[in-house]
Amino acid sequence: MSKKLLSAPYLVWMIGFTIIPLALIVYYGLTDRSGAFTLENIMAIATPERMNALIRSLKLSLISTAVCLVLAYPLAMILKSLKVKQSSFIVFIFILPMWMNFLLRTMAWQTLLDRNGVINQILNFLHLPQLNIINTQTAIVFGMVYNFLPFMVLPIYNVLVKIGDDTVEAARDLGANSVQTFFRVILPLSVPGVVSGITMVFVPALTTFVISDLLGGGMVLLIGNVIEQEFTFTANWNQGAGLSLVLMVFILISMALLAKYDKDGEGASF
Amino acid sequence: MIGRFFKRFYLVVIFIFLYVPIVALMILSFNNSKYMSQWDGFSLKWYEQLFSSSLIMSALWNTLIIAFLSALIATIIGTVACIGINNMKKVPRTIVMGMNNIPLMNADIVTGISLMLCFIAFGVSLGFGTILIAHITFNIPYVVLSVMPKMKQTEKSTYEAAVDLGATPVQAFFKVVFPDILPGILSGFLLSFTMSLDDFTITHFTKGAGINTLSTLIYSEVRKGVRPSLYALSTILFLAVLILLIIANLPKGKSKEKELIKER
Repeated sequence: MSKKLLSAPYLVWMIGFTIIPLALIVYYGLTDRSGAFTLENIMAIATPERMNALIRSLKLSLISTAVCLVLAYPLAMILKSLKVKQSSFIVFIFILPMWMNFLLRTMAWQTLLDRNGVINQILNFLHLPQLNIINTQTAIVFGMVYNFLPFMVLPIYNVLVKIGDDTVEAARDLGANSVQTFFRVILPLSVPGVVSGITMVFVPALTTFVISDLLGGGMVLLIGNVIEQEFTFTANWNQGAGLSLVLMVFILISMALLAKYDKDGEGASF
Repeated sequence: MIGRFFKRFYLVVIFIFLYVPIVALMILSFNNSKYMSQWDGFSLKWYEQLFSSSLIMSALWNTLIIAFLSALIATIIGTVACIGINNMKKVPRTIVMGMNNIPLMNADIVTGISLMLCFIAFGVSLGFGTILIAHITFNIPYVVLSVMPKMKQTEKSTYEAAVDLGATPVQAFFKVVFPDILPGILSGFLLSFTMSLDDFTITHFTKGAGINTLSTLIYSEVRKGVRPSLYALSTILFLAVLILLIIANLPKGKSKEKELIKER
């Protein structure tokens, strides 16, 4: 009995700083400044500017999630085939860049992708066409893929290494060729990792305001930027909380998907 | 043969993609020009200016102390909680672990805003303390997720044996259970430290005026151009961690090589 009490500080902390704050967003989002109930803060999403920002965010985050998946799956397969004894080394390679500040890393891409930047100079030297993507939506997708790729690779890698060689060999012994083995055995077994990776990339990509700020040159407005401005510029918290509630609907959908496909937390990143 | 070449090539391309901005920043920290876009000769002046800037030094201090304290407190609360959670019945355990996932899965912007609203609603003025609380909050789940699997692997019988042989529960924990879960605790601490160090969004909403971490200082300088001293500082931090981690992993690497040689 007394041992269960050891989780008390944790429970108090989590309720005090996770559950209550989230409840406050719901409260602020559903009331006006005088504290009366209203749906206006949520309906505010329907203005063309905000609606466009939401649709643009959904579009860019879905594209970057898809790109991450396409890049990460083969990468995770290759990492598995390397048979590194310490899988912590692979985690290490993907976590290490985080020691260089996230904002600086993203800003560095601004320099690299610039019209006169290093990448264009190399392309020029090789007589290849120039890349003019800085301050566009493409640059933002680029930044999202760069920042969130590790969150796709690690969960997929984690489920792939758990698939034993004997499982694959059994499939081959029973006459499946390598393509069949992949689609009938490996792919279905890796679904928890894939779904976990998708949510780990989609949610931060959908809600970012920093990447669009840094790589969009302030010209591409995402839903994260809209909400951030409600808090920092207009200081209309009720409005900001209302728009956050709209955003939370999409987050909850992703969480529900994850709960459905990754029941045991197999695809946990770390 | 072609397959192997392609695998290597793909790994190298991804590796370059991940590390090219870091190399670029390191090079730019030696750039004589203030502007990112032009190279104007080698210079160490940003490194000199770095140590004389009280603004940067105080932001660095805040960043490191918040990362250290939040990781430490989160590790203690999280590890102790794991003992409790491990002794729960299945249903409450599932509920608690589900709650544990909320800060992990939730968007940073929502976590940041919700904490800001909470602090303001209860009249807590935003500053160092609120940043620390926010960082502990998002770090605890990482610790729980790192320690819990190790905790599940420990045999309950060894703990019970220690108690039967006359150890107090506290002694039994530190002598028997603790060594088993230590790797999980350490990786939870390191992960927390890294996450705290790299966080911008949550700090942005929970910090008050007049206090900065490195992330928020950089963000405030984005419009007018970030001082290259900040690249210099990041370069130093990055290299320091890289060297520390290489040293920490060195003995293992050597013994492995010896094993390989023996096998041959």
